[in-house]
Amino acid sequence: MATIPVEYGLFLAIILFSLGLVGVLIRRNVVFILLSVEIMLNAAGLGFVIAGSHWGQADGQIMFIFILTMASAEVSVGLALAIQLYHRLKTLDTNSISKMRG
Amino acid sequence: MLGLLWLIPVIPLIGFILLAIIGPRLSRTAVAIIGVGSVGISAILAILVAISFISSPPAGNAFTQTLWTWINVTNFNPGISFYLDSLSMIMVLVVTFVGFVIHLYSAEHMLHQEGYSRFFAYMNLFVGSMLILVLANNLLLLYLGWEGVGLCSYLLIGFWYTNPANGRAARKAFIVTRVGDAAMAIGLFLLFNNLATLNIQDVMQRAAQTWQIGSPLAVTAAALLLGGAVGKSAQLPLQTWLPDAMAGPSPVSALIHAATMVTAGVYLIARTHVLFSLAPSVQLAVAIVGAATLLLAGFSALTQWDIKRVLAYSTISQIGYMFLALGVGAWSAAIFHFMTHAFFKALLFLAAGVVIDAMNDEHNMFKMGGLRTQLPLTFWTFLIGSSALSALPLITSGFYSKDLILFDAYASPSGSTWLWLAGLVGAFLTSIYTFRMVFLTFFGKPKTKAVYQPGSRINLALIVLAAFALLIGFLETPSFLGNINVLGNFLSASLPATSILPQRAGSEGILELVSAVISLVGIYLAYLLFLRVPKTTEAMVQSPVGAVLHRYWFSGWGFDWLYDTVLVRPFVWMANSNKNDFIDLLYKGIIRLNEALHRVLSNTENGLVRWYATGIAIGAVIIIAIVVFL
Repeated sequence: MATIPVEYGLFLAIILFSLGLVGVLIRRNVVFILLSVEIMLNAAGLGFVIAGSHWGQADGQIMFIFILTMASAEVSVGLALAIQLYHRLKTLDTNSISKMRG
Repeated sequence: MLGLLWLIPVIPLIGFILLAIIGPRLSRTAVAIIGVGSVGISAILAILVAISFISSPPAGNAFTQTLWTWINVTNFNPGISFYLDSLSMIMVLVVTFVGFVIHLYSAEHMLHQEGYSRFFAYMNLFVGSMLILVLANNLLLLYLGWEGVGLCSYLLIGFWYTNPANGRAARKAFIVTRVGDAAMAIGLFLLFNNLATLNIQDVMQRAAQTWQIGSPLAVTAAALLLGGAVGKSAQLPLQTWLPDAMAGPSPVSALIHAATMVTAGVYLIARTHVLFSLAPSVQLAVAIVGAATLLLAGFSALTQWDIKRVLAYSTISQIGYMFLALGVGAWSAAIFHFMTHAFFKALLFLAAGVVIDAMNDEHNMFKMGGLRTQLPLTFWTFLIGSSALSALPLITSGFYSKDLILFDAYASPSGSTWLWLAGLVGAFLTSIYTFRMVFLTFFGKPKTKAVYQPGSRINLALIVLAAFALLIGFLETPSFLGNINVLGNFLSASLPATSILPQRAGSEGILELVSAVISLVGIYLAYLLFLRVPKTTEAMVQSPVGAVLHRYWFSGWGFDWLYDTVLVRPFVWMANSNKNDFIDLLYKGIIRLNEALHRVLSNTENGLVRWYATGIAIGAVIIIAIVVFL
C-alpha cells in the first residue's frame, strides 16, 4: 500500500493552521473565532498524527486524544462565554467588548 | 597651677553655651555678668598660670595637657591637648586680657542694642575659639580654633543683619578667608602625608630631620600655610575683606579685626617657624608680602573718610610689619609688635566707637571736629593710641616694637635695605594718616555737638588700654636705651633669636633716629595738610594726578574691582548660563525616552482581543524563527 509522503500531510497541517490563525485574526464574531481556534487545534492534532505514523509510534494518536478532550472542554467554556456575552451586551463583536481594556 | 590651663579656653565656651541657651531670657545685667565674667575669670586664670609658668618653668619650658584623644584611627590620633610655651603664653595673656577689657567696654557700649545676649554669646565663643587656636598642640585642633574664629568673625560682622550691606560684608569676609583656609587645609594634608603626624612639635622636629633646606616639599608646605596666614591676616592678595569687616560693632572691630583674630596668621607662621626656615624662598615671600601690604594699605588709609576704615587699613598695614618681621626671621619682634599693636589698636577702635556714638552714628571724619573739649578722656586716650600707632619716639610702645622690626629688617641676614626702606616709608605714611584722623576728629572747629558721654566702664577700658599702650613697650628696648630684653629672653625658649649681621649691628642708633625723625615729620606734615592749609590739600586732591591717585587709594588700589571682574562676574555668568545644568540634560533625556516608550506601549493595551492574538502570533513566529535559524 502506497504511503502518503509525510511532507504532504505536514503541508496540509500548515495550511489548516494558517487558515485557522487568519480566521482568528480577521474574524470579529466570537463564534467564528472559536471555530477558527478549533481548526487550529485540529491542524496541530493532524501534525501529531502524521508524525506518529511517520515514526510508526502511537504517541501522536494519544496526543490527538488529549487535544480532542481539551478542545471539547475549551468549546464548552467558550460557548458558555459567548452566550453570556450575547446575553449581556447584545452583540458578539469582539471589538465592541474592549471595555475592560484588558 | 599649670593644671588649670584647660579651664582658660573652657570657661568662655561655657559662657557661650549658657548665653546661647538661656541668654534671651536673662536680664541685661545677668548677661553682662556671664559674658564679661567668663572672660574675666579666664584672664585671671591666665595670669595665675603665667605666674606659675614663669616662677617654676616646666621641663623643656613647655607644658602639655592632654584632655582626651579626639580621633583614634591607626596612626592618626590627634588629641584635645593644649600646649603651653612662652609663645602661646603671651598669646593667651593678650587674648584674655584685651578680650576682657573689650568685653567690659561692650557691656556698656552695646547696652541699648538689640540682641545683647546674642552679642556676648558670639564674643565668648570667639574668645574660646581663639584660645583653642593659640593653645592647640596639634595642627588639627589649631584648625578647629581657626575655623571657629572665622565663624565668629562672620557672625559678628553681620551682627546687624537687618541691613543687607552688613550681610554682604560678612559673606565677603567668610569667602575670602576661605580661600586661604583651603590652602592651609591642603598644607595640613601634605604635612600629615609626609610626616605622619600633626602634632606641631613633632612636625617641626621631623621636618627638620627629613627635609633639606629649600626642598620642594618644604617650600610647598610652607607656601600653603602662608596662604592660610595671608587670608586670615588680611595680607596681599587677600586683604580685601578687612575694610568691609568694619560693618560690625566697634568692639568687634577692636577685638577680632584688630587685636586678636587677624594676627592668627602671624601666630601660625611663628608657631611653625621651622618650616619657614626650611623654605627660604617662602620666607622671603613673607617679607615681601608684608612690605607690599604695609605700603598699599598705608596709601589707602590716607584717603578714607570713614574713621573705622582708616583704622582697618592701618591694621592691615601694621600686620604687614609683623609679616615683614617674620620674613626676615625676627620672630620675637613680630610677636612684640603683635602685643603692642593689640593694645593700641584695640584702644583706637574703642575710642573711635565712643566718637561714633557721640556723633550719633556718624563715621565721616570730615563731619567731625573739635571733639577735644567735648570728649576729653576719649581724646587723650585716642591721642595715646595714635602716638603709639605712629611710633612717637621714646614714650610709646609702638616706637619700640616698630623700630625693632625696622632695625631687624635692615640688619638681619635675610633683611635688606629695600625692606627697611619700605618699612620706613610705611612708618611715614602711618604717622600722616594717624594724625590726619586725630586732627580731623578732635581739632579744628566743632561741627556737631557730642550727644553722648561715655560711662565709667568705657572710661575704665580706655584708661587701662592707654596705660598698656604706653608701658608695654618697655619690655624690650634698644641697646642704647636701657637694653631691656624681657620679652626676647622669655620668647627665646620657643622662638630662635634674631641673628644680626655684625657689620650692620652698629647702625641701630642711627636707624632709630631716622625713624623717630620720620615719625615726627609725618605728624607735622599731617598738621600742615589737614589743620593749617586744608584748602591746599583739597586742591592737591582735585588736581588730575591727585584725583586718579585718590580714586585708586580710596578703593584700596582697585582690588575689589579686579576680583569682581576676574573672579566674581565670570563665576556668576557661568552659574547663570548653566542654570539648567547641562549634565542633567543626559538624565532628563533618559527620562524622556522612557516616557515616550511607555506611551507607545500603553497604546497597545487597548482591549481588542484580536490585537493581542496578533501579538502572540508574531511573537511565536519570531521565537520559532530564532530557534530554527540561529
